[in-house]
Amino acid sequence: MRRAILVAIPILGLAIILQTSIVSRMMLLSGNADLILLVLAAWGLQERVHGAWAWGVAASLLVGVASGVPWYIYLVGYLTVVGAARLLMHRIWQAPLLAMFAVTLIGTLGLLMLMFIQRTLFEVPLAFSEVFSQVVLPSILLNLLLAIPVHALIRDLANRLYPAEVIA
Amino acid sequence: MKASFPRVLQIIVIVLVAVGLVVLALGGYFNPVTNWLTRMTVNAQAWISNRYMAVVDFLTVPRDVASLRQRNAELEAEVASLQTQIIELQQQVTETNVLSALLDFARANPSYSYKAAAVIGRDPSPFLRYVIINIGSNEGILPGMPIVTDKGLVGRVDAVIAEAARVQLVTDAASAVNVRMQASSTEAMLVGSITGDLSLDMILQDAIIQVGDVVLTSGLGGSYPPNLLVGQVVSVRKLEYELFQQAAIQPNVDFSRLQFVLVISNFRPVNIAPLIGTPGP
Repeated sequence: MRRAILVAIPILGLAIILQTSIVSRMMLLSGNADLILLVLAAWGLQERVHGAWAWGVAASLLVGVASGVPWYIYLVGYLTVVGAARLLMHRIWQAPLLAMFAVTLIGTLGLLMLMFIQRTLFEVPLAFSEVFSQVVLPSILLNLLLAIPVHALIRDLANRLYPAEVIA
Repeated sequence: MKASFPRVLQIIVIVLVAVGLVVLALGGYFNPVTNWLTRMTVNAQAWISNRYMAVVDFLTVPRDVASLRQRNAELEAEVASLQTQIIELQQQVTETNVLSALLDFARANPSYSYKAAAVIGRDPSPFLRYVIINIGSNEGILPGMPIVTDKGLVGRVDAVIAEAARVQLVTDAASAVNVRMQASSTEAMLVGSITGDLSLDMILQDAIIQVGDVVLTSGLGGSYPPNLLVGQVVSVRKLEYELFQQAAIQPNVDFSRLQFVLVISNFRPVNIAPLIGTPGP
């Protein structure tokens, strides 16, 4: 558990730096990919890893500092992603990429809907149709495109940190 | 004796022939022959020399290829290094041009004091049009300070930490700026949108607005200083049954390519919220 948290800080920190400096600038219409969400989804789908929930909490707090969106929105959204990943890991374990796509889709939709509700209720009313076509759909597409390389990278990392036990 | 006579005769004949040949040679009678012989000799020597050099080249080729390859690698590395330098210098020229333009803007507007900052990131959320700049409270940056470039208004500081600050762009959906038309002094409200487009709202129906009108900040509300350039009107929507006209604005600033900005550090936004009365019972 301690190792999971020690690993989470630099990896999530790097992901947030990449997100704010590069990924957020690569916009499709008004949507952009969420690298942190993808890292959490991929980490949560790895079978032997520990501390996926801690990763979700750490990511929420770190992103909450950098973003104008309240941290609790990220907390709920990212923990939903981790929860979906842990749930689907056992159900679609034979097709990890399919599970990654499913978690990405569910997580992106959930997080963006939370942001939409928060912004509409507390800041400025937004038109749902415009939000859906200009933000949600492009963001889902970008996240699905990035899901494969992120999953491959995180799987390799997880295999290095938690190698399979060989029974002699 | 009999045997020696012919020998002497032979010698005499040989000497005479030799003398004759020398005389003929000195007289130039052998020139065609000597020229032909010389040419043949030179040609033969050239042919042999060329073949020899070819053989030598053939035998020394591997060593030369290796040295050429090494030299080629060195030159390629040098070219790559120079190309990197060129890119870095081009980047520096671009940055210098931007900073020079910002400096010109600061000199042209001496009533404010400025702090230059680099844009180092954007908000992770696609719902927010915020950028992150590389100076914060350590540099005296406070929430609410306006942000400009030489092209015009960018936004205002939303949150500050020691070494960085988050800036809400005027294109953000929750942004609202009081503006006026430069030509007619008509007041309006500049609002952003989820797509990043800018529009004017709250324009009175009887106000005359034309495409191309320049939009400046009005200073009303105390959130922004007056007379900062915002953009130009590109289209007007006037419907009889609506309370206000609306207009689309083309911003002067390219928000997708923000690199450097200026923070107006001696402007303090006025909080007029306590002055706005709440509706009575």
